Amino acid sequence: MFRQSHLLGIEPLAPAEITALLDLADTYAEKARAGRARGDDLAGLTQINMFFEASTRTQASFELAGKRLGADVMSMAMGASSVKKGETLIDTALTLNAMRPDLLVVRHPHSGAVDLLAQKVHDCAVLNAGDGRHEHPTQALLDALTIRRRKGRLHRLSVAICGDIAHSRVARSNILLLGKMENRVRLVGPPTLIPTGAADLGVEVYEDMVEGLRDVDVVMMLRLQKERMDGGFIPSEREYYHRYGLDAAKLAHAAEDAIVMHPGPMNRGVEIDGTLADDIHRSVIQTQVEMGVAVRMAAMDLLARNLRAARGVRAAEAVQ
Amino acid sequence: MAETVFTNARLIDPEAGEERRGALLVRDGAIAAVGDVAIPEGATVIDCRGACLAPGIVDLGVQVGEPGARHKESFRSAGRAAAAGGVTTIVTRADTGPPIDTPETLEFIRRRAAEDAPVNVLPMAALTKGRAGAEMTEIGFLKDAGAVAFSDGFRVVENTRVLSRALTYARSCRALVVSHVQDPGLSHGAVTTAGKFASLKGLPAVTPMAERMALDRDIALIEMTGAACHFDQITTARALPALERAKRNGLDVSAGVSVHHLTLNEFDVGDYRTFFKLTPPLRSEDDRMAVVEAVASGLIDVIGSFHTPQDEESKRLPFEAAASGAVGLQTLLPAALRLVHSGALGLPTLFRALSLNPARRLGLPCGRLAEGAPADLVLFDPDKPFVLDRFTLKSKSLNTPFDGARMQGVVLGTWVAGRRVTED
Repeated sequence: MFRQSHLLGIEPLAPAEITALLDLADTYAEKARAGRARGDDLAGLTQINMFFEASTRTQASFELAGKRLGADVMSMAMGASSVKKGETLIDTALTLNAMRPDLLVVRHPHSGAVDLLAQKVHDCAVLNAGDGRHEHPTQALLDALTIRRRKGRLHRLSVAICGDIAHSRVARSNILLLGKMENRVRLVGPPTLIPTGAADLGVEVYEDMVEGLRDVDVVMMLRLQKERMDGGFIPSEREYYHRYGLDAAKLAHAAEDAIVMHPGPMNRGVEIDGTLADDIHRSVIQTQVEMGVAVRMAAMDLLARNLRAARGVRAAEAVQ
Repeated sequence: MAETVFTNARLIDPEAGEERRGALLVRDGAIAAVGDVAIPEGATVIDCRGACLAPGIVDLGVQVGEPGARHKESFRSAGRAAAAGGVTTIVTRADTGPPIDTPETLEFIRRRAAEDAPVNVLPMAALTKGRAGAEMTEIGFLKDAGAVAFSDGFRVVENTRVLSRALTYARSCRALVVSHVQDPGLSHGAVTTAGKFASLKGLPAVTPMAERMALDRDIALIEMTGAACHFDQITTARALPALERAKRNGLDVSAGVSVHHLTLNEFDVGDYRTFFKLTPPLRSEDDRMAVVEAVASGLIDVIGSFHTPQDEESKRLPFEAAASGAVGLQTLLPAALRLVHSGALGLPTLFRALSLNPARRLGLPCGRLAEGAPADLVLFDPDKPFVLDRFTLKSKSLNTPFDGARMQGVVLGTWVAGRRVTED
């Protein structure tokens, strides 16, 4: 059912593959809740996490997922200086090939860099943990699992993705995933933070937060990427909070049972009201983190099965 | 007296805008007769067997790695690529390392080219010292030393005062300025054209409007200074009305476009294929079609390859970090023939843009099939199909976007001043 040899993005996934991955993740989530988190599906495999961009949460989540499945996990912090010397990416691939990892988790500040690395490594499943402004597939998958568990379905929902969409790989992966699963997606934000051609992506674009939130089932807030603001996308944080920050008053326009999501880390008082973020009836932010580990376990498990199958085929061919 | 006759040729005459069957006589490196030619005694006869004979291509805006990056392209390798591609005159860019901004560096280019390149090489010089956009170069000396035009390449002179003075001074020297039109503020850091594709791929993008804005600015300065200016690449539909107006108002302006922008669009980048990373970035299909039409109508005068050799190391990087540009000397003709095969252009119109117009703009006698013109010729079969294998290119760098592409049109021979420069 799941035929991929890498998880580079949502784009190449078929709806059935998404469902298969979420189903498996669901079982891992249940096991973890029942206190039976540990498994040995990845025993004997080496997982290397390579983060060319600072990350705490995603890296920890992947590390935990790998350890729970019994993989040997190693994390390499690639300094910002090695990124500037772009050629190290290919050199890194060569180095990695010599180390023979089985699973490679990569985050990189350049769009497409993880694809490039995946082309250059051999006999190894690559997972994209975020590349530039392009994709962050495991985030979209964990969001999808969270929605499915809370809403009971992952289709025919109205989802508003709000905030800094232009700089967000989370938004791109979510637009793709929610679209593939036949949901209605709205993008809400100031026009300076909406990517050009957004209307061609099969979404509705709203510049007014209240209109954009009207009757939606899911409100997905994005972090205002302060470090990416290389000049004047918004006049000030306080004006942004006033017009686009999520608070109870704005949320009142969404469906009564609408849930609030955020990929974290949050800027409380910039894109989301702190009290609202902590409201366990509306906010599913903690569940997202929990599902993150489950989804990553499922993704690595499925990729490892395909990797082992491919190795088996090669070994059989070698015998003949 | 050395005489050669090309018989049984399909003569492509861009000047007359027609093609006809006939023969062509070359005497002492120049065209001596065209059409019905009696074969003189002792003349070498080349039977063209119905293949096309056209004036050799004048490729305006070629980058050669000398000085500074000979590992990417030398005059020898560029010259061989040009000969294999039917290009008889290379007009080189000044964006070398160091840039060609003094008569001394220009002299170096001319000497190296004369030693090593089998085709004509004419250098452009930088418009400002160090291509820094602050002070103009010695335009007078450089022109005397053989610079055919002045350009900072793909670097835009941002300071309008500097540019207006350089244009004014260039006019007094009767020098042609070649300008790259791209608003520097909007295009800073961009590697794709803004739109759905760029948004999906998460790449920094520039609005196509940036080209028109810079064109408008330059046109105003040309109107003010009276300088002669060639816009190296016009690639968007929105820039065309401004260009048309400037021509109608009698300004001394002309425009070019790269063959890549005529035959490829933004979607060809696909999964971050860096061989498709160009300056300016590839455009939408609507823009591509509009620009093809502008070439057909003559609004855009020149088609070039904008040959930019890059080695594997500078291309095998994440898209944003990879070097920009493609080699094109050897693929210019077969790529441009796609426009003929698609019915967008006739062969005489194509050679008006490849040979006649660039030669005229630079005041060169070539580019024509006329008595007295230099015998710079290309003989080619426009229909013969092939699949391009980049490892067969003569260039030192193999960064072509056409690797593995099905193409039609094979060069059978190239002659510069009557001398064959292609291997048999």
